[in-house]
Amino acid sequence: MKPAPFEFFAPRTREEVLELLARYGDDARILSGGQSLVPLMNMRIVQPRILISINKCPELSYIRRSDGHLACGALTRQAEAEDSAEVRSACPLLSEAMPLVGGAANRNRGTVCGSMAHADPLAEPPAVAVALEAEMVVGSAGGRRILPAEAFFVSELTNAMAPGEMLEEVRFPARRDARAAFVEIANRQHGFAVVGVAAQLEMDTAGLCRSARLAAIGVGPTPARLRAAERVLEGQAVTDLTLKHVAEAARETIEPVGSFHADAAYRLHMAGVLARRAVAQAMGSGQRGA
Amino acid sequence: MSQKVSVRLTVNGKAYERRVEPRYLLADFLRHEIGLKGTHIGCEHGVCGACTVMIDGRTARSCLHFAAAVDGAEITTVEGLASEDRLNPIQQAFHEHHALQCGYCTPGFLMTVTEFLQRNPSPSRDEIRIALTNNICRCTGYANIIEAVAAAADAMRGQAGRS
Repeated sequence: MKPAPFEFFAPRTREEVLELLARYGDDARILSGGQSLVPLMNMRIVQPRILISINKCPELSYIRRSDGHLACGALTRQAEAEDSAEVRSACPLLSEAMPLVGGAANRNRGTVCGSMAHADPLAEPPAVAVALEAEMVVGSAGGRRILPAEAFFVSELTNAMAPGEMLEEVRFPARRDARAAFVEIANRQHGFAVVGVAAQLEMDTAGLCRSARLAAIGVGPTPARLRAAERVLEGQAVTDLTLKHVAEAARETIEPVGSFHADAAYRLHMAGVLARRAVAQAMGSGQRGA
Repeated sequence: MSQKVSVRLTVNGKAYERRVEPRYLLADFLRHEIGLKGTHIGCEHGVCGACTVMIDGRTARSCLHFAAAVDGAEITTVEGLASEDRLNPIQQAFHEHHALQCGYCTPGFLMTVTEFLQRNPSPSRDEIRIALTNNICRCTGYANIIEAVAAAADAMRGQAGRS
């Protein structure tokens, strides 16, 4: 199908974008890569009256290190994050997540921030944000406010932004020598995940886990931080026994609901299996199995 | 009807300017405004890959872009792959390995494979399979397409070695 008519703006600066958002409020939608929004428009599920493209705002496209953060701007494409050596070294979990987002043609156009704003419960970037306690920089004509990722994702396809606001930057904590993995089970490779787990670990020189960050998708309406599993890891060496406890702890804090692709019990089971696999893969041991 | 806007695109090296509605998709712009019917529309929501083109040198779904939103871009379509009347190595390999039956999906596959082999000139079979997961073919199955991509990679590496 073809989208319903709309009025189109292609401002050149961030300031103009925010002015337009202030003027049109709830009638307006931001268009960045369009990989989530345009399918919904083509199917007429979404029919915005005003579309504000940020594709002509180069100032919104950047990957930047500052104050211990790695920041992605509103127009930073997923493929740019995927190919970025800076992202790989400071935020390896984001690098690991990117190849799982759609196909190459989608990632060439889709943006990191756009995927966050869309808040699909099965999208990988929100899980990275939740796991790493990313800061979501929300801009409006009135100024900026920063929301923690866990507060930004409210429910399925629902974020915490008000009309007139846009997600203009995501800040991930920058790390040195972190290791990461994002593992999923899906009906077909590179299809939507049924369940997935993101893990990023920092190890000390003695081989003990200094910090562990885990989040799961496919077990609730928003990515679920797996704090109990993190506590199992912190201060410990990653042994087979630790991994077993990680799997058990991952299941403690979630209450998945069954749906078309998998029932609740299967999702709960797989969250544990994938938490264990993600940690093992992050450690480079490549272990598999439940 | 919304107000028409002016859109300038360079398509396969040639400049075009047209006035279209903002909701006009890039795929429709290419097919109906410029008359390049090689870009096929399948699902029209970004799943099938038949409409894949290149926007500024990288693959993209032309059904997921408003022409107005890519104003100023350089577009390459399947018509831009062959030089003169000779198939390029990827097209030739698809021809030789019978990697198409009805051919509806083929333009999208060719664009996807073009970018894939630029970035990975010596792919494994598994890497080829992964690269093709977002293009759908409903006739052949994928065995011959995978063969064709592997053969194209060999042919292109051979060419690069000779030059």
